[in-house]
Amino acid sequence: MQKQIIFSIVLLVTLGVFSYTTLRLVRFFMLTKPAFKVRDTGKRLKLTMKVAFGQSKIFRMPVIGFFHALVFWGFCIILIGSIEMVIDGLAGTERVLKILGGLYDIIIASGDIFALLVTISILVFLARRLFFHIRRFEGNEMKRSSHIDANIALTLILLLMISLLGMNITYYAYTFKSGNELAGVFPVSSFISAIYNSTDTGSLHNQHEIYWWSHIVLIFIFANVLPYSKHFHVFMSVPNVYLSRLSPLGKLVNMDNVTREVRLMMNPETAFSAAPAEAEIERFGVRDVEDVTWKNYLDSLSCTQCGRCTAVCPANITGKKLSPRKIMMDIRARMNDKGPGMVKNGKDYDDSKSLLRDYITEEELWACTTCNACAKECPVNINHTELIIDMRRYLVMEEGVAPGEVKAVFNNIENNGAPWQYSSEDRMLWAENIEMTVND
Amino acid sequence: MQTKKIKVPVMADLHNRGEKAEYLYWVGCAGAFDDRYKKVAAAFAKILTFLDVSYAVLGKEETCTGDPARRAGNEMVYQMQAMQNIETFKTYDIKKVITICPHCYNIFKNEYPDLGADFEVISYVSFLADMMRSGQLKIDDSVLHDTIITYHDPCYLGRGNNIYEDPRSLLRKISPVLKEMKRNKSHALCCGAGGAQMFKEAEKGNKEIFIERTEEALKTGAEIIATACPFCMTMITDGLKYKNREEEIKNLDIAELIVKALKI
Repeated sequence: MQKQIIFSIVLLVTLGVFSYTTLRLVRFFMLTKPAFKVRDTGKRLKLTMKVAFGQSKIFRMPVIGFFHALVFWGFCIILIGSIEMVIDGLAGTERVLKILGGLYDIIIASGDIFALLVTISILVFLARRLFFHIRRFEGNEMKRSSHIDANIALTLILLLMISLLGMNITYYAYTFKSGNELAGVFPVSSFISAIYNSTDTGSLHNQHEIYWWSHIVLIFIFANVLPYSKHFHVFMSVPNVYLSRLSPLGKLVNMDNVTREVRLMMNPETAFSAAPAEAEIERFGVRDVEDVTWKNYLDSLSCTQCGRCTAVCPANITGKKLSPRKIMMDIRARMNDKGPGMVKNGKDYDDSKSLLRDYITEEELWACTTCNACAKECPVNINHTELIIDMRRYLVMEEGVAPGEVKAVFNNIENNGAPWQYSSEDRMLWAENIEMTVND
Repeated sequence: MQTKKIKVPVMADLHNRGEKAEYLYWVGCAGAFDDRYKKVAAAFAKILTFLDVSYAVLGKEETCTGDPARRAGNEMVYQMQAMQNIETFKTYDIKKVITICPHCYNIFKNEYPDLGADFEVISYVSFLADMMRSGQLKIDDSVLHDTIITYHDPCYLGRGNNIYEDPRSLLRKISPVLKEMKRNKSHALCCGAGGAQMFKEAEKGNKEIFIERTEEALKTGAEIIATACPFCMTMITDGLKYKNREEEIKNLDIAELIVKALKI
């Protein structure tokens, strides 16, 4: 009973902190703009199975992708055991899911094997970060705090796995020695439990309790650290994949407010009757974080700074300042900076800074070739190009700012219908004197 | 063997004679004005004529799709161009459009429908691959049989619209020795010209993107670098010049390679 009371208090504190975090994020989301209607449930589920659970895009880098897939699949299986621990903790039961019978054995056995595989994978990840120089973990946007963030997340997972294995090993050794009924199958832990051959049952029981508590408390800490860490993708990536844009990567979102204006210019009468005068004057494009859509913001929360986008960015590869990863990090950082002020004082709140220029420079934006390599590569279907174009839209349409040659292109298209300064009268010159060989 | 001059039909002329063409051949600004790419436009016209396809071009009535403006952030100019083009298409009751430029293809296919466009869009590589599959286009594989070819994926055919196999199926027929670059298909590196980069100086960096890509193409040992986009062609050709390899290694469009193989 005492254990149940303590556990309930710990769980309440955890849920309390978590609710605070969730509420904060919900308020941030409410500051963002609409994106698209979420339809096509079937298509989305299929995509989630493939990209999230199948880890299809992670495998674009096969070797290291394999280790990540192990961690992800392990996480999914071990999660079931964690839910069981919460039930046990609240109800005072012991391994309550054993009523599942053979299925329980499978879950516990795979969890036990995955605990070892995840441990190995995390050690590989830590080694890569600590001892090897991996280019994609570097870059201007990767500050000391980013590296610390990554190492804390990995260390927490490592501790989670060690405590899980410790729990399994002492549980197995204890039931084996005391002759109690064993619930579950432990292919890895039963093997290691030999080290406890000379330990008495009382001590084993205590050690198991220590591991049990360490594991569950670590889970609670982990869950509450994640939303403030780059590792938030543990929660956000699956929803982000489900909520992917379903259109081809080549497609840009139409600006309906511009369509209304253009129709008005081309045919004033029909435009008036079609669109009732709207009160709010919308800003064209993105200047600051309140101009981004909920999808852009969700993208930024799902980004774990793996840098695969930046590693394939042609601009970044050739030494330009643009880094797609930085764009995502900037949105999230900007919301953290300006969000609380906007929540408190309303959307008009001005801290005399903006996402454009104070975080993302014009130089970065104009370096993009819109090749979509970043979006194609992102394991959780983030779209960076969309936001880059939206910021260019603000620059061009609200401020009239663009490189000189680009402005000339605009003029040429408007005046001669081509990006170059040629007359439309000359459009058929290519077709003069085409000679074809007749083979007969 | 003799040569004949071909006449490229224009929509307005057909319209005046009360005739119609099945396909609009959308030439694009590069096809009309870029000296190198004009030859590609002509090559595709030759193929269409050879295959006896019912087609016509818009000629002087063609105008920019608005793609460079849109991707540089000028939605206003883009939408005005788009609405003008949609009106022109309606005038001639155009239902099927073939494009040689992937940027025109993408914007027609994915973005014009948002503004009320209703026509089928086909990339010339898919059109030709279909013709080959149906047996209408018979490519003579003896002409370039032992030539090593590598193919540079344009972003707006590849990643943008998942067209990877059609160009390759054509090229494999032209020469079985198709050697892939290290980064190919969805991993392909951009030539550096998209998103209006074609028209401006690159931002400060330590290398030009087109040189990085050309070097990768050269590593395959290919004698021909095949492209399927006017901007890619400008970039890769510049890359070959920069590397002083333009004499020995040719940058040709898929349409030009097919013209060679067809000996027309």
